[in-house]
Amino acid sequence: MSRPVTPSQTIGPFFHRALLHEGWSDPAARGAAGERVAIEGRVLDGDGAPVGDAMVEVWQANAAGRYDHPEDRQPEDLQARPLDPNFHGFGRIATDPNGRFRLRTIKPGPVPGVGDAQQAPHINVSIFARGLLKRLVTRIYFPGEPLNETDPLLSALPPARRATLIARAADRGGTERVLLFDIVLQGAGETVFLDV
Amino acid sequence: MSTLLGYRRIAEGIDPPYDHGAYASTHKRAPRRPPIRIAHTLSEITGPHFGAELVGDGVADFTRFAGGEALGERIVVTGRVLDEDGRAVSNALVEIWQANSAGRYAHDADQHDAPLDPHFSGVGRVAAGAAGVYRFVTIKPAAYPWKNHYNAWRPQHIHFSLFGPGFATRLITQMYFPGDPLLEFDPIYSSVPDPAVRERLVCAFDLETTIPGRALGYRFDIVLRGRGATPLERDAEGGVR
Repeated sequence: MSRPVTPSQTIGPFFHRALLHEGWSDPAARGAAGERVAIEGRVLDGDGAPVGDAMVEVWQANAAGRYDHPEDRQPEDLQARPLDPNFHGFGRIATDPNGRFRLRTIKPGPVPGVGDAQQAPHINVSIFARGLLKRLVTRIYFPGEPLNETDPLLSALPPARRATLIARAADRGGTERVLLFDIVLQGAGETVFLDV
Repeated sequence: MSTLLGYRRIAEGIDPPYDHGAYASTHKRAPRRPPIRIAHTLSEITGPHFGAELVGDGVADFTRFAGGEALGERIVVTGRVLDEDGRAVSNALVEIWQANSAGRYAHDADQHDAPLDPHFSGVGRVAAGAAGVYRFVTIKPAAYPWKNHYNAWRPQHIHFSLFGPGFATRLITQMYFPGDPLLEFDPIYSSVPDPAVRERLVCAFDLETTIPGRALGYRFDIVLRGRGATPLERDAEGGVR
């Protein structure tokens, strides 16, 4: 006998003290293997105004393309895609009053898709905010990845829409790779959101 | 990958739409384009899990804070975290936040002219155990005004954030109280399209749960998405799109 799923409701504006946790802005802080990367962006509304009360959550595979989860256990993959004891893959940050967020992490490896497909490296993203009655889901892909050309999601999108899912390199100098990824909730340049 | 099971799609009428005219904050934040349906892969089936270090030992009791007792009506809230097939979701992390007994959040952005309670933070975390049961003691939150429309008031509610087994089962929702006269005027509660499903957001008074001489008991079960009945292959729509 099937039970109806509990409906979603908005996170509202007052979540910060309950949901933010030290360390979640840098899932790789414990010394995870892989290429360090900082992802900076803004959450913008349909007027281009900053969304200063959003929460951004991320979930990603480690540098070898393995999710730290019991269901990622394909036997043939265990050696090629080992777990990293220093990386779980969850992060959570709030936007500041200017709509900005900054996440530090590592670039994930490619992960298996449906059938034989390989998915390009990507970070799974949930966005919650006042005015969002249910979360928005999107993905952050990385610029210059050969697998982007054959990724099942990216390759099904028209080029202009595909671009909303691929972070841009920030020309900033410094030793840390910085990528830019704005999340446009509505209107021109609207980010591709996913129904998962 | 064909041995992996995806999660069932959420049926029509359950989740609110992004654009909900009566809730003003949706107007500039709701995407104009429908989200693109994707087949479930390891990215959606896996998800974060959390150790016991996030959750304090013993009974989750939010009615004592900073060396004193919170003001207001003490309540116990308990329930099960289940999937659509009625199976317990083990060890789900449940994060909770709420206004105090005067209708004020301990949060800088809350400008409502109601008193803060130095002995109530209104935030907490509990873990649903192996049988999916969670339980906490708190103060019944009060209604409070907001600026959505003239004379707008939020009904009494507690915010719940849950991680089920996978990225696809993530849920943030609100629990309401039975008999609240504000429910029918609340655009957030009313955003759930199906009125019968909407009522699933209202907890039930339960004398069995009540702690005699101490706190009134309420039950609130939370249902997360269940697994699909067929092995994960291409989605009915042909995968992406």
